[in-house]
Amino acid sequence: MPTRTVYEAKIEHLQILDEEGNLDKKLAKGTLTDAQVVHLYEQMRICRELDEIAFKLQRSGRMGTYPQNKGQEANAVGSALAMKKGTDWLVSAYRENAALFMHGLPMHYVLVYWMGDERGSKMPEGVNITPLSVPIGTHMLHAAGIAWAAKIRKEKDKAVITYFGDGATSEGDFHGAMNFASTLQVPLVFYCQNNQWAISVPRERQMRSETVAQKALAYGMPTIRVDGNDIFAVYKATKDARARAIKGGGPTFIEGLTYRLGDHTTADDARRYRDPKEVEAWVQKDPLIRTRLYLESVGKWDDKKQKTLEARAEKITAEVVRAAEGIEPPVASDMFDSMYAELPASLVTQRNTMRTSSIGQNPEQAGLRANPTAAERV
Amino acid sequence: MPELTLVQAINQALDQEMTRDERMVILGEDVGLNGGVFRVTEGLCEKHGTDRVVDTPLDESGIMGTSIGLAIAGMRPVPEIQFDGFLGPAYDQFVNHAGRMRTRTRGSITVPLTVRVPVGGGIHAPECHSDSPEAIYTHSAGIKVVMPSTPYDAKGLLLASIRDPDPVIFFEPKRVYRSFKEEVPEGDYTVEIGTAKVVAEGDDITVVTWGAPVFQCLKAMDELPEDVSVELIDLRTCWPIDVDTIAESVTKTGRCVIVHEAPLTAGLGAEISSLIQERCFLHLQAPVQRVAGFDTIMPYYKLEMEYLPEAPRIQKGIEECLAY
Repeated sequence: MPTRTVYEAKIEHLQILDEEGNLDKKLAKGTLTDAQVVHLYEQMRICRELDEIAFKLQRSGRMGTYPQNKGQEANAVGSALAMKKGTDWLVSAYRENAALFMHGLPMHYVLVYWMGDERGSKMPEGVNITPLSVPIGTHMLHAAGIAWAAKIRKEKDKAVITYFGDGATSEGDFHGAMNFASTLQVPLVFYCQNNQWAISVPRERQMRSETVAQKALAYGMPTIRVDGNDIFAVYKATKDARARAIKGGGPTFIEGLTYRLGDHTTADDARRYRDPKEVEAWVQKDPLIRTRLYLESVGKWDDKKQKTLEARAEKITAEVVRAAEGIEPPVASDMFDSMYAELPASLVTQRNTMRTSSIGQNPEQAGLRANPTAAERV
Repeated sequence: MPELTLVQAINQALDQEMTRDERMVILGEDVGLNGGVFRVTEGLCEKHGTDRVVDTPLDESGIMGTSIGLAIAGMRPVPEIQFDGFLGPAYDQFVNHAGRMRTRTRGSITVPLTVRVPVGGGIHAPECHSDSPEAIYTHSAGIKVVMPSTPYDAKGLLLASIRDPDPVIFFEPKRVYRSFKEEVPEGDYTVEIGTAKVVAEGDDITVVTWGAPVFQCLKAMDELPEDVSVELIDLRTCWPIDVDTIAESVTKTGRCVIVHEAPLTAGLGAEISSLIQERCFLHLQAPVQRVAGFDTIMPYYKLEMEYLPEAPRIQKGIEECLAY
């Protein structure tokens, strides 16, 4: 008996705005207005400014290790615009700052965080964002759980988006999250920023899949690859995914093909493992360049506007740095105070004696340690 | 008052809390139609619906990770990890995420979940089905560790755990699941987390234990000469440890034996022993003794009773401590 094909699939790649700033008008229909493009371009440029400032802060010893977003901003802004601010949840990794800002995270929080202070993750009321997630791939399950809650409560206009990199798709929890989300049909958008490098390991040594998007096929999940440096494609794919999610159509996978123009973090030197020619080729595909070219081609942008934007970006980031560095220093007892809703007695003792006792124990012990009398010994 | 087994008491607590709190969901492997492999969740999915008592994919990390998301979004997830030995894959999610979330967001995002886990040996189970990992979680910050040994305490502590605003790991000693019945009030009540119980009062020696070994200790006490007066403490909560109850007792008796199924080294007995020497140093008349599992893997069932701290070994420990 001959074999028969029981499953066939293909992966679509969507690009609407090419590297030269040419727009496919047919595909672009119903996506972004020129005003929205201006807005997203500004967001990307401001975020790029903050990225450069953050790099300098680290290099001058004013901030700890920081992962630059440079080159990947279109993924963040295009998808963030397609999600509903204040209603939807963003469950992020750490290379999508612009999305967080667009959904209400004060910009200086990110710097406060990378300056080693948890107060940068203290989410303001009404901001539906989980804290930056440094361990790779673990947060996608949280996104599945948050989306699941929306389904259980029948919240008809709530969806969740989670961001992660190509490396994260090797983690077991990625597969767990994909499986839970698709099995339970929760309103979730998986957004993979495939920047093609997981620190020093390139995509082809991370996986044998030619695309990341095809991994979703195994979970019966609608999936697409988009040019991640094209805000039109990113926006359209995310908007479609969100629409499917809130209609009860379950999760969608989006692979944004992009490139990490900077090092993995400020503690990394990508010159050790990357071909400069590869980097140079991707510099030409920078989302800022093509978005500006497009705006100029439709008469919505010029050098004067660019100059104004750059001045504005400098001003905003200077204020952000001032706000981050101006936060009052944490007090040592802060490490205890949010450990539990109500602090257990042993932690209260440790908290209260951390400066007065070497071991954080009840000070009454000290009296017992010193020369007890014979009577006390009995 | 009706008499219930541990399994029935836990089932009743889950049922009543699901009725009381519509935010509560139960999730895990085979917890739905099958009612859980120990039948702890029997009947709950029929009564409360498959949306709230959910058979998940077979993925412990997934169960824990999605529970964290459910809790962040304001639900009250009560996941079940089918056996103690399967906690490993869920460890990262529980310790690194559930335990850290409140403090790393300075209280803005919290994870009120209670994970139920059948624990311990003595039922001739397959490999990796009989472990006692409570010390691992006691050592981890941001979570609470509960292990009742009786039906009454199980219901009260489970209700307290589910209502607790922080993550709780709730260990259910599977050897006790159906070993006896006791009176359990039908109504709502809680037992405060972090409070030990003096099971038997005594003056000569304190025995501290928790979970299934409580009953081995009682058995050992029966074998002791009548003039030996033992104070038996059931810890009930492994963390926060009720050090006051222990210290008060050891201050009175001057001697202490700690009994647990988990391996000896860096077990919870080591911590309790240290707390006793900090709090009761001048009152101790003998070194604190430990009767525990050995520093081996939990053996497959032909040797498990040799591994567990059964009554004869506990009796020996008490006698040695008294003779010091």
